[in-house]
Amino acid sequence: MPPETPLPLTTKDLTSDQEVRWCPGCGDFSVLAVLKQVLASLNIPRERFVFVSGVGCSSRIPYYLNTYGFQTIHGRAPAVATGLKLIRPELSVWVVTGDGDGLSIGGNHLLHALRRNVDLKILLFNNEVLGLTKGQASPTSRAGTRTRSTPQGSIEEPLRPLTVATAAGATFLARTIDVDVTHLTETLRRAAEHRGAAFVEIYQNCKVFNDGVFEYATDKGVKADNLVYLEHGKPLVFGQDRNRGIRLRGLRPETAALANGNGGSLADLLVHDEAAPDTTLAHLLSRMIYPESPECVGVFRCVERPTYGDLLDGQISEAIRSEGPGDLDALFAGEDAWVIE
Amino acid sequence: MTAAERDSAVVRLAGDSGDGVQLAGAQLTLTSALCGDAVWTAPDFPAEIRAPAGSLAGVSAFQVHFGADVQTVGDRVDLLVAMNPAALQTHLKDLDTNGILLVNRDAFTPDELAKAGYTADPLTDGSLAGRRLLALPITALTRAAAADRRYGAPPLLSQREVDRCKNIFALGLVYWLFERPLGPTLRWIQEKFARNPAILEANRRALQAGRRYGETTAGLPDPVKIGAAPLPPGRYRSITGNEALALGLLAAARTSGLPLLYAAYPIAPASDVLHHLADWKRFGVRVFHAEDETAAMAAAVGAAFGGGLGATATSGPGLASKSEAIGLAVSAELPVVVIDVQRGGPGLGLPTKTEQADLFQALFGRNGECPVVVLAARSPADCFDAAYEAVRLAVGHMTPVLLLSDAALATNAEPWRVPLASALPPIPVWRPTADGAPFQPYQRDGRHVRPWAAPGTPGLEHRIGGLEKEDGSGAVSYDPINHERMVRIRAEKIARIVETLPELSVDGSAEGELLVVGWGGTFGAIATAVRRAQGRGLSAAHAHLRYLNPMPRNTGDVLRRYKKVLVPELNTGQLLRLLRSEYGINAVGLNKVQGRPFLVSEIEVMIEELTRRP
Repeated sequence: MPPETPLPLTTKDLTSDQEVRWCPGCGDFSVLAVLKQVLASLNIPRERFVFVSGVGCSSRIPYYLNTYGFQTIHGRAPAVATGLKLIRPELSVWVVTGDGDGLSIGGNHLLHALRRNVDLKILLFNNEVLGLTKGQASPTSRAGTRTRSTPQGSIEEPLRPLTVATAAGATFLARTIDVDVTHLTETLRRAAEHRGAAFVEIYQNCKVFNDGVFEYATDKGVKADNLVYLEHGKPLVFGQDRNRGIRLRGLRPETAALANGNGGSLADLLVHDEAAPDTTLAHLLSRMIYPESPECVGVFRCVERPTYGDLLDGQISEAIRSEGPGDLDALFAGEDAWVIE
Repeated sequence: MTAAERDSAVVRLAGDSGDGVQLAGAQLTLTSALCGDAVWTAPDFPAEIRAPAGSLAGVSAFQVHFGADVQTVGDRVDLLVAMNPAALQTHLKDLDTNGILLVNRDAFTPDELAKAGYTADPLTDGSLAGRRLLALPITALTRAAAADRRYGAPPLLSQREVDRCKNIFALGLVYWLFERPLGPTLRWIQEKFARNPAILEANRRALQAGRRYGETTAGLPDPVKIGAAPLPPGRYRSITGNEALALGLLAAARTSGLPLLYAAYPIAPASDVLHHLADWKRFGVRVFHAEDETAAMAAAVGAAFGGGLGATATSGPGLASKSEAIGLAVSAELPVVVIDVQRGGPGLGLPTKTEQADLFQALFGRNGECPVVVLAARSPADCFDAAYEAVRLAVGHMTPVLLLSDAALATNAEPWRVPLASALPPIPVWRPTADGAPFQPYQRDGRHVRPWAAPGTPGLEHRIGGLEKEDGSGAVSYDPINHERMVRIRAEKIARIVETLPELSVDGSAEGELLVVGWGGTFGAIATAVRRAQGRGLSAAHAHLRYLNPMPRNTGDVLRRYKKVLVPELNTGQLLRLLRSEYGINAVGLNKVQGRPFLVSEIEVMIEELTRRP
């Protein structure tokens, strides 16, 4: 067997020989570049990574990484990845999906992979439009979005990926942005380090069919006023001058102005707790939606729970411990065998 | 049952869900097996999960066909045991006109009669005139047996507990009718109720009283001797098709050394495969109850990509959901085993009834040119060999294999000669090794089989998927010439498997008047019908296809050696159309789609007609 590729890996080690084919200006380029850097930093041999995807622009990513990769069927990547992870627990299995792939055709599989806490890293590239099929509404398109399938504007209420993932009880939930390289790097690294199902929503700009839909979160002039960067144990403060915060009025988060130099009102603010055992806070944060309120980015939730694979292995070990390792001949014979001389 | 001796007999025990007929049936099965008989059994559970007591919907039945040359569940019932009016109402139609009807007279109360839809008591209104009716007070006789002080102090039990032994009383009488020993059931009672001496005693008394009743009562039919034609020597057990499928998958995983992921979604009549494997965790099998049929298939494909053995079982509607992931496995050329335990269709169809109408779905039910290997199991015990073979072909040829069983095979049971695990044929698994050059996932061997590189192997990192790929490198390719080449290679890879498969064999003369060709679960009925026809001097032979794709290389030759070809199928003629189009022969179909297996007599009549007609 040849030696493993020397660690640490370089981004070059992780680059396949395939020509990358996305539209010029696509947010996917940035995510791919950052992803390679994060993978290289993990100190995991290249052959241990497997990227599984479904169908859509982002689902091409496995072909561009010099790891093991499997582009599967529209929406089914979480199910394929689950089968793979269950039989090969030592691998680092990543799922790349989009808003159409993951929440439209594949919504069911995403829910179940999350609720089972299968040890998968799931990256959902959300551009709020179907790109590969050339510009139709997706389940995350905001009401009123005009696309080729909704020329008069979408009449559907969108799904919010993190709300869905929270409802499924995901143990790691985060949101980040394609062009915010520092934040994207840190968020992907946190996801990689999480043991269990890690779900990351990435706001990703589709230059051709939905350009600028996240401008409020990427434009240097306004983003500070529209984004709350979540930090564990810290109050939710935002704004160009960090003079606003989020506090709870009853069960609703609302924006509160911080008086200059008045630390007293800081104490009224909601303090982020990514380790909260229940999902209420993560849900509240996932429902903060621009333009009604600023939106949160960062790690919404990070809790420990046994993974599906650990529990399955535990049951297998327990069965072997209590019943002894399987004896095929005894199983063949059953309890009522008879002999004909 | 006019003769005192016969080759085989069919007994059906029927009663309310709480009457213990399944249990009595299992004992009759074991006792017959220990007498050396071939035994075929079929349970008939109520469709409702908890039907009201005494209702027609709540009738449970168990049929046992035992004796010599038994390969089906039996055409007609020779002895019907009806423990209540609803059981009589439901099952009388299947009793042979010469058959014996044993009923528990005590259960024929006005209330119970009304629940079964009787306006008058059939035991007294003359509607059973001409039947060989034995209307016995089985409940009273069971109570009397329990209370009989000649055998010591009566067991201290409630009347309800005593009444639960009435199935065992009936069984004792059945044993007397067929000259079967009580020993095996007595031993079973001894073990089963070892911790409850009172119940043990009541059951023992009931069984012995049942037989004694036969010995001492005048006017009963004469006991019948079943002709012995013992099975070949060996160790046997009774096995259902679904358990045999599960064992076959597990055994193949063991032999090949591959970790097994069994992923499934519950569906009648395939769920028992899931239940069995879920219970065998000590063998290391990973069972994944997926969120739906699609996910189960996708997970199996994921396991195959991971270098493990991915398998799933479903029924027709589930196979429809799985077709896109099967297509992925065909395109990616990954080995997975997909079992379809067929039921009546289309749509939800008849969930618990049998049919063979998924052959076309198995062969063609996917988008694009999408060939897979298709096998069929022919009997409950054969399900083991078929599942094992499915794994061998999948792994050996890097292809999905679709195995067809059916609802009848799933729940019916027959004796299975228990194999030795160490004597099972090997299933070699070949893995590529890195040689420094970029790995080519579609660089094939002489049989067009591509290498199976498992993730985790340094130097073999590669990307594959459902998009068309360049032969050799596996890189995405939309090149028209490459696409046609890949389509042809994938087809050729499957076609070439015939070179390793056994030829189609024939039971009967190698040429002649009539060849009866079948596939799957019709085996027993066709084999019995052809043997009987041969016994009457008719020129009929039988060939049965295990391999539906590719078909054995001599199939055309075999078909052409007979003047006529008859194709009995539980569909409207799917194999028939295949044989006509593939081999240009003018075959005749015998088709039945009633959710029930063929009767032997139905095939016999057709053989008679085709061989006698000029």
